[in-house]
Amino acid sequence: MTALLRVEGLTAGYGGVPVLHDVDLAVPEGTICAVLGANGAGKTTLLRTLSGMVRPDRGRILLDGSDLRGLPVEQLIRRGLAHVPEGRGVIDELTVEENLWLGGLFRADRRALRGPLREAYELFPALYARRRHAGHQLSGGERQMLALARALVAKPRLMLLDEPSLGLAPLVVAQIMALLRRLRDDGGLTVLLVEQNVRSALSVADSAVVMAQGRVVAADSAGALVGDDALRHAYLGF
Amino acid sequence: MDRFVFLTVYGLSRGAIYAAFALALVLIFRATRVVNFAQGVLAVVSAYLAYSVSGATGSYWLGFGAALVSGLVLGAVVERVVMRRVEHAPPLNAVIVALGLVLLTQGILGMIYGNQYRAFPAPFSTVAMTVHGVPLMTRYDLFVFGTVLVLMLALAVLFTRTATGLRMRAAAFAPQVSRLLGVNVGRMLTLGWALAALVGAVAGMLIIPTGLGLHPTAMDLVFVSSFTAAVVGGLDSPIGAVVGGLVVGLVLSYVGGYLNSASTPLAVLALLVVVLLARPGGLFSASTARRV
Amino acid sequence: MSRSTLLRHLVVTVACGVLLFGLTYALDPFRDYQLATAAAYLCATAGLTLLAGQSGQLSLGQGALMAVGGYTVALVQNQFGAHNVTTQWALLGSLVAAICVASVAGAVIGVAAARLRGPYLAGLTLVVAVAVPSIGTLWHSLLHGDQGLSVYLLPAPASLGETFPLERWQAWLAVIAALLTMLALGNLSSGRFGRTMRAVRDDEIAAKLAGINVAGTQVTAFVVSAACAGLGGGMLAVLAQSVSPGAYAFTLSLNLLLAVVVGGLGSLTGAVWGSVLLVLLPWLADDLTNSLIHSPAAQQRLAGNLSLAIFGLLLVIVMIAAPGGIQGLLNRAGRRVRGRRERVAAYRAEPSAPDAQPHAPAASRTSIPNP
Ligand SMILES: Nc1ncnc2c1ncn2[C@@H]1O[C@H](COP(=O)(O)OP(=O)(O)OP(=O)(O)O)[C@@H](O)[C@H]1O
Ligand SMILES: [Mg+2]
Repeated sequence: MTALLRVEGLTAGYGGVPVLHDVDLAVPEGTICAVLGANGAGKTTLLRTLSGMVRPDRGRILLDGSDLRGLPVEQLIRRGLAHVPEGRGVIDELTVEENLWLGGLFRADRRALRGPLREAYELFPALYARRRHAGHQLSGGERQMLALARALVAKPRLMLLDEPSLGLAPLVVAQIMALLRRLRDDGGLTVLLVEQNVRSALSVADSAVVMAQGRVVAADSAGALVGDDALRHAYLGF
Repeated sequence: MDRFVFLTVYGLSRGAIYAAFALALVLIFRATRVVNFAQGVLAVVSAYLAYSVSGATGSYWLGFGAALVSGLVLGAVVERVVMRRVEHAPPLNAVIVALGLVLLTQGILGMIYGNQYRAFPAPFSTVAMTVHGVPLMTRYDLFVFGTVLVLMLALAVLFTRTATGLRMRAAAFAPQVSRLLGVNVGRMLTLGWALAALVGAVAGMLIIPTGLGLHPTAMDLVFVSSFTAAVVGGLDSPIGAVVGGLVVGLVLSYVGGYLNSASTPLAVLALLVVVLLARPGGLFSASTARRV
Repeated sequence: MSRSTLLRHLVVTVACGVLLFGLTYALDPFRDYQLATAAAYLCATAGLTLLAGQSGQLSLGQGALMAVGGYTVALVQNQFGAHNVTTQWALLGSLVAAICVASVAGAVIGVAAARLRGPYLAGLTLVVAVAVPSIGTLWHSLLHGDQGLSVYLLPAPASLGETFPLERWQAWLAVIAALLTMLALGNLSSGRFGRTMRAVRDDEIAAKLAGINVAGTQVTAFVVSAACAGLGGGMLAVLAQSVSPGAYAFTLSLNLLLAVVVGGLGSLTGAVWGSVLLVLLPWLADDLTNSLIHSPAAQQRLAGNLSLAIFGLLLVIVMIAAPGGIQGLLNRAGRRVRGRRERVAAYRAEPSAPDAQPHAPAASRTSIPNP
């Protein structure tokens, strides 16, 4: 199996101060890779670097073999990379439907998006009921659903998810994880999943990397990581 | 009473123009948090171009078209060449740069056209039509109302019904997220400035023939009134800008009609002070807590 | 403020005064008049530098406050004239009146301004700058509309001699006003009030937590700056011996802004460069057009407009390329020279370590403060 996403020797940071050091990563197509680590480990920075919002100082980012470095942020979605940012990135002033449209506008006009929008509503019926509401009127769970749905409207090959479970009830978290599993199994979606909720993440992930202070300190299959007691105690706290 | 009716219609007609101009300010402020202090002088440039084109071709409408096109081009050029360079600087830098553009443009216009006032003819009669012997409004007022209405409808359709409008709104509200969704935010900014300058050019074309005369500083007072209108509306609300424009137009019309036309600038100042102190967020602010 | 700072300011002021006094004798009346004009501008620009640079409030209304000062001087002087007052000290009374009236006006604007930030403050003061000149028309019986007033001014004291040019006398007056302004503002900004202002500018919330009266500080800064504008405007009236709305139009406010930004908002010295520029640039531009272009019609169109365009271009370029202005560039050049000297010294002291790094000079504020 070839890796859809391959990261080699990635070093990046803010204003010349490196936060990521020499990060290596490979995510095979159609799998979910969890990125775990303490607060400030650099997980968000990793995703931001992958989607071009932070310029890497060194290293390569290969999506299906072609290097993404230097591409403007707005081009990456056209390469099939969707980034659901930390805090979810719902645009508060736009309605639910407008948010969803915006998710697909880069590849199709409004009329052609009716189908994908209908699919999104079928996946998240709660959103359909609120399609005319402004983003700021949604609950936290609804916002997360909208952010996910909007990313799906883009029909990405690789989805970068930054803490989708943040602030959500366990039941909703379970639903989201189940959805990710389904998207992977049925649609062949590849996901890089940043999570604090280690148990949930490892329950769906095929593989996982553990980050500490901007470095990858462990990378293995999800099962192996769960079995590695020392690592679990040292970095994951359970 | 007759006078009141006349002043009301007159105020609404001027107010419609202030509304359009305020809308142009709001378009840019929403997208960049910059008040474009050069908006007035850009409109004057378009008006001078229209003046030249009309003079050369003998057609008012060709001149009008030239003003529209030049507005689009000027707005885009100003954003690309100048404003983009202060985008990430403290906001006051953008204010100062815009004021620099005011001096630069007024100087250039003065060098090309001279500093005397030039008559700019209106395309329609500016003599009031009477209804039952009461002077009500001029044909030109009708033209103003029609043009501003068409302009506002076009903008409303653009922003709420088209993909480009959706992208522009998204880029203004959440530039980072919009980029992740494939929106070219830089291009949207340029487009926003171009549109704003177009709207400003239309407003300038509408107000300069109303006795203002063409002069490099012709729009200074219009800018001041429209800025006040935009602040009344909350600076980032298009509807607020329209209502604010009408309010300012009416106030100035009554003050000028019943008191003294020389007192209108002071009336603007008084209105602005009252609004800023009583409701700093404007009457139509979307968010209550705003840095003023 | 320490006593040594005060002493240093005094010494510098007296030295400048002596130098300029000598200079007025070396210059012809036209140049003396230019010097006087620059000094009058300096009163206003120094105040604006304090307001914008140190308290972080950008005001576009400084020209309007100069108008207040100018008209006050005109009215008071003309009263003196009507009552045949023949002592030179009367002028001092007029100027003090100008300072007082402008301070009151500044306090009114300042109270409103203290609640405003960024574009709102700039917009309000812009409206002030555009609206205030219309008072001249509104109060026609007193202020005579667009035509304005002439200003009664005694000739230079007879003790200076029959042939003593009025322009030199005016230059003395204006230079004294400017030096006193600079001395007062220099002391103010190096003292406690200066620290308070800068604390408010840099972080309002922190200043508030530290017990500083933020609004009071901002209003005070506005009043101080208005007083300076009043003095400068009054001085301009004394120089021109007339006042009119056109002389204090919105463009004047923009020019003052230009002077402080191009000179450099960081320090009062910047205001000096700016004021000199404000006088020299239009004159150079006119000289240039008159020597290059001979058609009178073209000359007339270029007159004033060329310098206006240059001013605008300068403002844009400085703001984009060197937000610290002239003084910022000078400081940087000075630091570079000093840095090299330090490096050389370090090398001499420790020749075995050729790559000894002198510690980098603290980065100074190069962009104007963000309120
Ligand atoms: N915009 C920024 N500018 C400067 N430093 C930043 C910025 N964002 C993050 N950092 C720093 O980079 C480091 C990694 O931050 P990052 O947000 O990537 O951590 P994280 O693993 O996502 O943490 P969390 O689990 O809390 O979200 C932190 O030390 C943080 O202080
Ligand atoms: Mg994070």
